[in-house]
Amino acid sequence: MKKTKNTIIEIIIFMCGTLSVIFVVSIFIFLLKESLGFFREYNILKFITGRNWYPDSNEPSFGIFPMVIGSFLVTFGACIIAVPIGVMAALYISEIAPKYVHDILKFLVELMATIPSVVIGLIGMCTIVPFVKNFFNIPTGLTAFSGSIMLAFMVMPTIVTISEDAIHSVPWKYREGALALGATKWQAIRRIVLKEARPGIIAAIMLGIGRLIGETMAVMMITGNSASIPKSIFSPVRTMTATIAAEMGEVVKCDIHYKALFAVGLVLFIITFIVNFIADFFLGKNK
Amino acid sequence: MIKLSPRLSQKISYLLLFLATVLAIVPGLLIISIIIAKGKDVFFAWDFLTLMPINGMLDGGIFPAIIGTLLLIIITIFLSLPIGIGAAIYLNEYAKDNLLTRMIKLSIVNLAGVPSIVYGLFGLGIFVMYLKLGVSIIAGVLTLSVMELPVIITTSRSALKSVPYLFREASLSLGVSRWDTIKYIVLPNAIPGILTGVILSIARIAGETAPLLFTAVAFYTPYLPHSIYDQVMILPYHLYITATQIPNIGKDRIFATAFMLLMIVLTMNFIAIIIRIYFRKNRKW
Repeated sequence: MKKTKNTIIEIIIFMCGTLSVIFVVSIFIFLLKESLGFFREYNILKFITGRNWYPDSNEPSFGIFPMVIGSFLVTFGACIIAVPIGVMAALYISEIAPKYVHDILKFLVELMATIPSVVIGLIGMCTIVPFVKNFFNIPTGLTAFSGSIMLAFMVMPTIVTISEDAIHSVPWKYREGALALGATKWQAIRRIVLKEARPGIIAAIMLGIGRLIGETMAVMMITGNSASIPKSIFSPVRTMTATIAAEMGEVVKCDIHYKALFAVGLVLFIITFIVNFIADFFLGKNK
Repeated sequence: MIKLSPRLSQKISYLLLFLATVLAIVPGLLIISIIIAKGKDVFFAWDFLTLMPINGMLDGGIFPAIIGTLLLIIITIFLSLPIGIGAAIYLNEYAKDNLLTRMIKLSIVNLAGVPSIVYGLFGLGIFVMYLKLGVSIIAGVLTLSVMELPVIITTSRSALKSVPYLFREASLSLGVSRWDTIKYIVLPNAIPGILTGVILSIARIAGETAPLLFTAVAFYTPYLPHSIYDQVMILPYHLYITATQIPNIGKDRIFATAFMLLMIVLTMNFIAIIIRIYFRKNRKW
């Protein structure tokens, strides 16, 4: 009796284990199903390279190129700010800070990771956006630049936490070896620890990029939502995520515009899949 | 280029690293303190928390949004926690190193990386349209559960992993079955770690907006939800629309909503840290 009960429980546990695979596959299938419906009506090449996104005009055009540029511009800008600061902070937290400072800093980073993105968006709207408008004397502060700054804060916890793990997992004897040869602690950190932790740091950056490309609410609130190809980092942009979020509420279900937004979702899914795959590869290398 | 002495270059580098750390942490603290400073008056405005919104949300309170957020959190955890722990037990205690296990691990990594708005599309496609649940609490909760699953699996798994292997061997060598070993030895020792993970996912769920945009939320409802097939108002979405779509709304109302949302998130963080400190003290190994 007990044995059958245990077997049943173990079968349930096995099913829970395989559920993740089923979910990933079904997300992909649902995105693909609607996207294929779209590509039957609209040329896939025109979709990817098209420069105009006019879903509501008489002859609608669905070119996602400006949105791809928008997403990458914001992501790239945020990375330039967040990666150096984040990796340096991870070095400080892991290697230099005394134990109690280390604990406090780790708690603060964890706290930052849970600030909701709408709250970050709100703060961006009332601080960075007016500042950028006045400081650079441009017509609107809702720009890719403003978005990059706020997103840099948002992605910081991801980069710090994962880099810190990687730095922390470098064996102690490496540092001791360097110190025994007369190197200063900083030389040991820079020449040995940083080099050994490199795969983990790359993974941290990749995971950060994945989060940045997928970020929706804050981006929608700060970057201005203009679906044209941005001239510079001080132009308003529209990301792929913001397009889906802003337009899905207004479309007629199952028409071409609805399917087009699923196709944008498919593009996002494929990009983040690749980015996460690379991150996972480097994380595996770190062990 | 001047060659600095190793000592001096160490000092300068440490200073730079310290400054970078300040730069990384301070904006987050600044965001939190701005919201607290501008929104704290809500504590003295009981009406704001307990009344329905009226007059196109320009007056009244945010009661239905608070209830909606709490409802979504509770039902989502209720659904995703057992499945997540089950999956973690499978991966840590039963799974052999084979193709299926590698596929499961890769799937978890990718589920965790799928953008939240894509979960929104998925929820719209499968729960709202295909299963015909409509825009409803249940559709939103199912979407959130799929999204939280990888987080719960990962944190539960590392909690299970931290239970020393010796515990299992001692139990198994006494002739206790595998499942009973997990039930009586491994799980009780892993509970603090699992709990911390759950509480941090609650903080995350409270702030999620994108996956719920087309699956659960209502711009405005004049009543509380009657069943799981109703739409709901939630705090983060309410914050978003009041901040961007209603031009002549009082700034203090927006910040009060943000304050409530942030309070839920901060409370969860503090509970998590208290659990962690408490159990670390009482740990037997």
